[in-house]
Amino acid sequence: MPINVLMPALSPTMEKGNLAKWLKKEGDAVKSGDILAEIETDKATMEVEAVDEGVLAKIVVPEGTADVPVNDLIALIAEEGEDPSSIDAGGDGGGKDEAKAERRSAPEQSGKRDKPANDGSGGEDRTPGGGTMSYARVDEAPDGPAKDARRGSAKGSDAASASDGGKRIFASPLARRIAKQEGLDLARVKGSGPHGRVIERDVRAAAKDGGAGAGKAEAETKAPQAEQKAPAPGNRPDAAPDKAAAKPAAGPAPSGLTAKQVMGMFEAGSYDEVPLDGMRKTIAKRLVESKQTVPHFYLGLDVELDALLALREQVNAGAPKDKDGKPAFKLSVNDFVIKALALALQRVPAANAVWAEDRILRFRHSDVGVAVAIEGGLFTPVIRKAEQKTLSTISAEMKDLAGRARTRKLKPEEYQGGTTAVSNLGMFGIRSFSAVINPPHGTILAVGAGEQRVVARNGAPAVVQAMTVTLSCDHRVVDGALGAELLAAFKGLIESPMAMLV
Amino acid sequence: MSDTYDVLIIGAGPGGYVTAIRAAQLGFKTAIVDREHLGGICLNWGCIPTKALLRSAEIFHAMQHAADYGLSAEKVGFDIAAIVKRSRGVSGRLNGGVGMLLKKNKVDVIWGEAAIEAASEGETPGTVVVKETKRAEAPKGAKGAGSYRARHIIVATGARPRVIPGIEPDRERIWTYYEAMVPKRMPKSLLVMGSGAIGIEFASFYRTLGAEVTVIELLPQILPVEDAEIAGLARKRFEKQGIRILTGAKVTKVEKGGTGVAAQVETGEGKSQTIEAEVLISAVGVVGNIESLGLDGLGVEIDRGIVVTDGLGRTNVPGIYAIGDVAGPPMLAHKAEHEGVACIETIKGLHTHPMDKGKIPGCTYCQPQIASVGLTEAKAKEQGYDIRVGRFPFAANGKAIALGEPDGLVKTIFDKKTGQLLGAHMVGAEVTELIQGFVVAMQLETTEEDLMHTVFPHPTLSEMMHESVLDAYGRVIHT
Repeated sequence: MPINVLMPALSPTMEKGNLAKWLKKEGDAVKSGDILAEIETDKATMEVEAVDEGVLAKIVVPEGTADVPVNDLIALIAEEGEDPSSIDAGGDGGGKDEAKAERRSAPEQSGKRDKPANDGSGGEDRTPGGGTMSYARVDEAPDGPAKDARRGSAKGSDAASASDGGKRIFASPLARRIAKQEGLDLARVKGSGPHGRVIERDVRAAAKDGGAGAGKAEAETKAPQAEQKAPAPGNRPDAAPDKAAAKPAAGPAPSGLTAKQVMGMFEAGSYDEVPLDGMRKTIAKRLVESKQTVPHFYLGLDVELDALLALREQVNAGAPKDKDGKPAFKLSVNDFVIKALALALQRVPAANAVWAEDRILRFRHSDVGVAVAIEGGLFTPVIRKAEQKTLSTISAEMKDLAGRARTRKLKPEEYQGGTTAVSNLGMFGIRSFSAVINPPHGTILAVGAGEQRVVARNGAPAVVQAMTVTLSCDHRVVDGALGAELLAAFKGLIESPMAMLV
Repeated sequence: MSDTYDVLIIGAGPGGYVTAIRAAQLGFKTAIVDREHLGGICLNWGCIPTKALLRSAEIFHAMQHAADYGLSAEKVGFDIAAIVKRSRGVSGRLNGGVGMLLKKNKVDVIWGEAAIEAASEGETPGTVVVKETKRAEAPKGAKGAGSYRARHIIVATGARPRVIPGIEPDRERIWTYYEAMVPKRMPKSLLVMGSGAIGIEFASFYRTLGAEVTVIELLPQILPVEDAEIAGLARKRFEKQGIRILTGAKVTKVEKGGTGVAAQVETGEGKSQTIEAEVLISAVGVVGNIESLGLDGLGVEIDRGIVVTDGLGRTNVPGIYAIGDVAGPPMLAHKAEHEGVACIETIKGLHTHPMDKGKIPGCTYCQPQIASVGLTEAKAKEQGYDIRVGRFPFAANGKAIALGEPDGLVKTIFDKKTGQLLGAHMVGAEVTELIQGFVVAMQLETTEEDLMHTVFPHPTLSEMMHESVLDAYGRVIHT
């Protein structure tokens, strides 16, 4: 299939231009980066640059032609293996050439696509990215477009340009203004108003969490580009007045490789595709966000469990039994861990806090999240006011929450909030690990397996039950010494567990 | 055991009956229980009948001032019994209308006192026991006492007047809105305790008909929820009409005599005075009707007399919902209606959001009228907004002058940073009909720009809304 070279637009408002000069002749070999032609408007001259390799098969619009409409076919490039001479430009009489017709409407099409193309694994992608536009290379313009922004964006910008192309974005005036002030791209904000209208709360949320498809990060990558005056490529018929919204090369900021790129690295058919459910998407989003925005550091500590295990045995043995002989409760080590962490937060109140952008929120009660692994992911239900609850209450609550987490029947309010969380992989024999903080929490405690260990005691080896815990801290809220203080308080409670009974 | 409903609503006030109709529209088999009247307080003893009374007062006032308009009206007078009769007629007509709407939507009406015996659990529906009531006769076609089953039970029982110990209403000398709405004779003097919407409306009504009226307000400002500037202007107008107003004042003791009441009023700094009046109207707010519904036994969370909900009507007990006054302030009919619709749509699984209480308008139908939505100037500052304030007086509006209503103000408050309309406050003729323009603007999240670009018809009072916005941005034309 020959590649179409279309008349590029120098600015969002440009409708036509003059084809000043062809720098390649028909039959010339063309490689990516070569300048094909010069285009003039009354304001500036720009160069049309090739991004594909091949042979310039046909010049459709001769040089010196004035007022060539934007997106008109100006030339055809034969791809490798194609016979340039067999390519019929078709010119205007090329109605039979459906491909051409399709290509010519490509900008509108790509503009109308909702889905970023990198998400559309849908086959050949016949309009490669803003491919049409990537032929335009602008040297100067009143807006002073950057030289290379275009090329870089050739493929990657597909998502960006596609999302706002010719499509009207329904957004409230207030949402529009806040988006502008916050440097958010409205096209990336999911609207929750009637018929998907973007309203204030959507842009506020997007501005706050950066991710959420709105890409504060993207806005940031935009800034430098705007400085070097990134061009407003012609595929922005809506011509948003804000220059900052000129399309950068970025897709959704946090994601690394596109699906296509990743799939390209493997042999087709060697894998099965697993669609993402809401939970998986949330996990991905939240934890990427966490690792990218939360400055983590980790504190490890060994805690001895002999006293706790003895107490647990004693308490469980003393649990009242119902008429079937079933004990009223059976405390787990994890129940003690939750309680100990809750009490430790009370003893070190400065650590019972979360980061809130321009302030720190410090909490009176200890609301402790507990990671519960379930089929296909995990939930982190929160034990509220855990410092006030008895171990048996915590145990019962945990049982209920974990059960409902597994059937995905938790209410949002049951897994939202909290200042910290417990993640326990001890039952899998994990000795120690470092957990990712679950935003907005300030910390998370990773609990390893309890095991017999030989330690030196009074100069002699001794065998004790011990486990290793690792506290991940958000350094914005919890500094090293503070985290250490929290862990020390935790250790004290675990090792002298009677304090948890009062 | 009799019928099983999808939805059973307790209370047929504006929140309840609107919810019932919406439930029926959504395809739910729906029943509504009431013990006294369809349409609730709003329609029978609140919003609607008072508007009828105030309309009589307004026309009376206009007739008294006929000469100002080049008209003559002699021997202008009124018959309080006829005014009350008209007001009751208005309620009766609308009351019948609610019954018709419920019937049309195939909502079963159940008559009696309801108590929830059990909430639904899994597949088992909840149970509501309805006992016979002597309060009022059942409307035609209503079902009677019995045990009813429903999957979703919505409490919409509204509120009743708050009672201050020692100043209990007695229907003779100490009135609530019930008695104030159906006076058997015109009192010569009145003491109104409380200057919220209810107190001020009755003060305005009785003053217009010639009674000596004193209003006592505990807080430093009358109409305490309104913007201070607006309330201040209203107060000046009331005082000009001859209403005596004491703010920062507290009624400490009321003695009843043969001809009236003598109230001890503390007016601050240890001073106190005795005010005598034929009747005292107690209008110190309302409290939710949450008793004897069985909520306690079901473990429904209640905080300071208010059923705790998630903003979509859901209580902590699955299957039990609460909307309207029982679910917390503002205790307004339109809030109840909106909350009820959000609740039933949530039950249906539709996409809903808790209502934004910052966008609920409030109206007081005194002379002059008061209407507002959103944040007052003080509240906006308190919340840390950097604001722009626009003002436009009635005296500069052509239509207002033509109407002979040159007193009033339209005030708008914007967030300087985003241009968001944070609040709008008005005092003057017909402002209760104007406010909705700003409510729509807020709901659609317009900024000052859109409001400035909107065409307002001339000549109307609404032009003042436009000018007020222009004023906030230094672009006002007519002042």
